[in-house]
Amino acid sequence: MPLSRRNFMVTAVQASVSMLTLLAPRWVLAADRRPAFDATAIDAALQALGLPPPQDTAEILFKAPEIAENGAAVPVEVESRLPNTRAMLLLVEKNPHVLSARFEFPAGTEPFFATRVKMAETSRIHAIALTDSGNFYTTRLVKVTLGGCGG
Amino acid sequence: MPDPMLIRAVLKGETVEVKALIAHVMETGQRKDADGKLVPAHYIETLTATCGGRQVFRAEWGASIARNPYLSFRFKGAQAGDKITLTWTDTAGASRSDEATIR
Repeated sequence: MPLSRRNFMVTAVQASVSMLTLLAPRWVLAADRRPAFDATAIDAALQALGLPPPQDTAEILFKAPEIAENGAAVPVEVESRLPNTRAMLLLVEKNPHVLSARFEFPAGTEPFFATRVKMAETSRIHAIALTDSGNFYTTRLVKVTLGGCGG
Repeated sequence: MPDPMLIRAVLKGETVEVKALIAHVMETGQRKDADGKLVPAHYIETLTATCGGRQVFRAEWGASIARNPYLSFRFKGAQAGDKITLTWTDTAGASRSDEATIR
């Protein structure tokens, strides 16, 4: 079949799309990361983000209360001491949707964040640092006396 | 129109510490109203911070960030008097930007 103008255009567009994919950073593009927020298990969330299982580390400082009276707002503060931490993930193991947040630190921004999460029940919270030399995690167990995902 | 964000940005040495309180319902889509009907999910999906035309922070959130989110982060390379702008976009397509001056 001769290469019609239409076919040529289709091929050109397909080629540009694959080029864009090649040029994209090694992380999944922002829009493609949304499905990870629907994941109901940690390994599924990581898989949706195209990440291998992280290694345990003591180099992530993680402040969270041991007991949270109110699961509707549990304060967490996380700081990575791992060099070249580009992004961090916050996951609550027993929440209906485990992935709470992904934070990105451009050059000049400290690999630090503080926020408040909802917790459906007593659960481990995982903080994962995405660095140039791999992905690392640490966890904290937070006991919840009053669940927060209902309201 | 949602209420403005409360943003405080303070220069400590070389580092700017930003603290923000953001008015948003952050509905999970799991909660039922008084009639037993599910309240649809409605939450902030992305939040970015820019300073001097440079993106200094980016957050992507799920529904499990607490209602009226609190957020703190730290970055370098700005002076007192510089402006920082925070912008969020939610699952309903609404967005809001607010600005603060670094003290």
